[in-house]
Amino acid sequence: MELDALILSRIQFAFVIAFHILFPAFTIGLAAFLAVCEGLWLWTKRDVFKRLYLHWVKIFALAFAMGVVSGVVMSYQFGTNWSVFADKTGSVIGPLLGYEVLTAFFLEATFLGVMLFGWKRVGNRLHFISTCAVAIGTTISAFWILSANSWMQTPQGHAIDPETGNFYATNFWEVVFNPSFPSRYVHMMLAAFITTAAVILAAGAWQVSRGQSSQPTRWQIRMASGTLAILMPLQIWAGHWSGEVAHHYQPAKVAAIEGWWETADVQGTVLFALPDEENERNIAEITIPGTSPYLFTSDEPLQGLKAFPASERPPVWPVFWSFRVMVGAGLVMLVLGIWGCVLWWRDRIDRPGIFHWIAIPGGALGFIAVITGWIVAEVGRQPYTVYGELRTEDSLAPVSAGQVATSLLVFMVVYAIIFTAGAVYMARIATRGLDDEPTDPPGREHRAPGTPLGSVDDPAEMPSRNTSPAE
Amino acid sequence: MDLPLIWSVLIATAVMLYVLLDGMDLGIGMLTGLAKDDEERNLMTATIEPVWDGNETWLILGGGGLFAAFPLAYAILMPAFYLPVLLMLAALIFRGVAFEFRHKAVRKTTKLFWNGAFFGGSLTAALSQGLILGGFIQGVEVEGRSFAGGPFDWLSPFALLVAVSVAIGYCLLGACWLILKTEGVVQARAKKRALLALAGVSLCFAAVSLATLSIDPRVTERWGFSMAAIEPAKLLPLAPIPLTGIVLVIMTARDLMMDVTAPDWRPYLFSAGIFLSGYLGLAVSLFPNIVPFDVDIWEAAARDNALMLMFVGAAIMLPVILIYTGYVYSLFWGKVDPDEAYHD
Repeated sequence: MELDALILSRIQFAFVIAFHILFPAFTIGLAAFLAVCEGLWLWTKRDVFKRLYLHWVKIFALAFAMGVVSGVVMSYQFGTNWSVFADKTGSVIGPLLGYEVLTAFFLEATFLGVMLFGWKRVGNRLHFISTCAVAIGTTISAFWILSANSWMQTPQGHAIDPETGNFYATNFWEVVFNPSFPSRYVHMMLAAFITTAAVILAAGAWQVSRGQSSQPTRWQIRMASGTLAILMPLQIWAGHWSGEVAHHYQPAKVAAIEGWWETADVQGTVLFALPDEENERNIAEITIPGTSPYLFTSDEPLQGLKAFPASERPPVWPVFWSFRVMVGAGLVMLVLGIWGCVLWWRDRIDRPGIFHWIAIPGGALGFIAVITGWIVAEVGRQPYTVYGELRTEDSLAPVSAGQVATSLLVFMVVYAIIFTAGAVYMARIATRGLDDEPTDPPGREHRAPGTPLGSVDDPAEMPSRNTSPAE
Repeated sequence: MDLPLIWSVLIATAVMLYVLLDGMDLGIGMLTGLAKDDEERNLMTATIEPVWDGNETWLILGGGGLFAAFPLAYAILMPAFYLPVLLMLAALIFRGVAFEFRHKAVRKTTKLFWNGAFFGGSLTAALSQGLILGGFIQGVEVEGRSFAGGPFDWLSPFALLVAVSVAIGYCLLGACWLILKTEGVVQARAKKRALLALAGVSLCFAAVSLATLSIDPRVTERWGFSMAAIEPAKLLPLAPIPLTGIVLVIMTARDLMMDVTAPDWRPYLFSAGIFLSGYLGLAVSLFPNIVPFDVDIWEAAARDNALMLMFVGAAIMLPVILIYTGYVYSLFWGKVDPDEAYHD
């Protein structure tokens, strides 16, 4: 494979978007979790929820900053590397991205300031509203970006200008609510909540296994297990819904996902195979035969990859295997959720055990599922950027391979640095145990003297507070 | 309704707001390089920590808006400025995460690294924005519907001059913001730096203005200059723009040097005015080009229905955004309190 500007630009886009999606996937869920915690605190007045809020908001600040800076990169990628795509589709998906900035980005970014720094300047209620504004902002942002991406998967509501070859919208309602948008939006939102729940569960499990179990730890581990147990079945349903839509509009993608080469009325479910694209067959295939009538409602024969000319097929390997990794990760999270709820029911969730040892690395499963899921969606759309209408090789900007190689290298180095640092800092906070002491008023105020635990105040901080030379 | 015209004004406004707001953030980032100790550095960053994120969003609106409203311009300009855009993005990444990371670093070396990233990221972002602006003003080679020049076309003495001007200008905005948000020693130091930056800005802006006049005969002509004579009919209506800039430079200098009773917000307001006059001057020079000097706003515009849809959105949302942004700024109004500096 020759490393030309096309393949380098594709690698670069895949890299920067995969890196970026980790953070929104986490912050969408975390913003909702924080809003729930603060709401519960205001409602029940129980200190434990405020503690959880103050703990996780620090991680949120880090993740959000990383999401913002990697997101700015995305808003320039279309132009720097895919300028023909930008020129051709700007009149259709441009407004969607414009609406994302206007309705979501400003809301999130502005109220984040209040959320992080406004404790002493606004009342509790207004602070809660700010948290909700950020959480709602993340949801709106996902709405628009999923809509734009779904239009690229299942384009409709547009026509092509014969003079310039550019797309233009004939009906924006149809563009926004294109066929694959509802299912993919639901699928992604659930993925974000699940990813966050898995991380929160992992952090709680870590604390429990280190014998640092406290009231907030108990709550966070229960909330996370419950969330996984409830949302994972919904997610499997949403994934299936999304698959049905793809089956209807992007049969080649589904054929690659399933590893079907031949067209048949009834297809099986391939559990394992090594797809051999050159000879158009699977090697070492393990299949459960005859499952398709239960999975797809279709009167037509189910198309295999051979039904499409080789130039119209997506790469089979990454689509086929990413799908299986995604499903596998999801199933493990389902098991973790149910297992956690059973342990909660038996009142054993706060005692370290095998569950906790599995839940700790399980914190990565949501991210793995999100990345592999997006690989299925995006690689499965190939060889098109706008499915069936604009091919990827015809979307490229007039940039040289040297430029793209430089930028790819720069992004790899920069992201490696900030990812390592960010992950270390977040993990440091997440694994830090919480305690059962009553919380300070937010901010840096001194603990009121005479409170029950005032005498066992953090000894490391006592001298510096009371006898600092400046005073 | 001339939607391309409306959108060019809207995007120009977004970019202007970016320059005034995040420009001051980047300026403060550069000034942290001169901070005496960590305490001063923390105080300086605390003046912008609650708002920088919203400030940077104007850049996304500028970039995203250009894609949405003028896809052709976006498609030509981005490949033309591939390397400086890359440089800017990398710099903004370091600057952005350093806001958070520098508080989280424990070891001395990592703390030093993130402080350096904050300073270096701000400086590099400012310089690369200047390089893009300089390259933009001097014009871009276009063939058909795409960029036809080389990867280093933007690199020229003029672009370097603009880059330095932008960086110094941002330092002026940053220093004036510090005057507004701090007191005592830090404020006094900010005043000195603002004065130095102001001197630099006056020289640089004058140089850039003269160089811009000579960059293309069409620009020269617009301002009423030609080889032979000056046409007052063209020059006079435009003359208030640079004259306002000059007056504002003098007024800022007066506030910084002698008027101790001047309210603390005035230097920022005046220096924002200096930027505005420079910006308007450029707009007048280049209008209606959106890719100088080949593509105008009407050629580059998206379809009318796309522009209309976004116009409705912007007409509703921009006032709302400005209201809540103003609200948050007013919430954090007043001198920054070192005790509530960081949310840890």
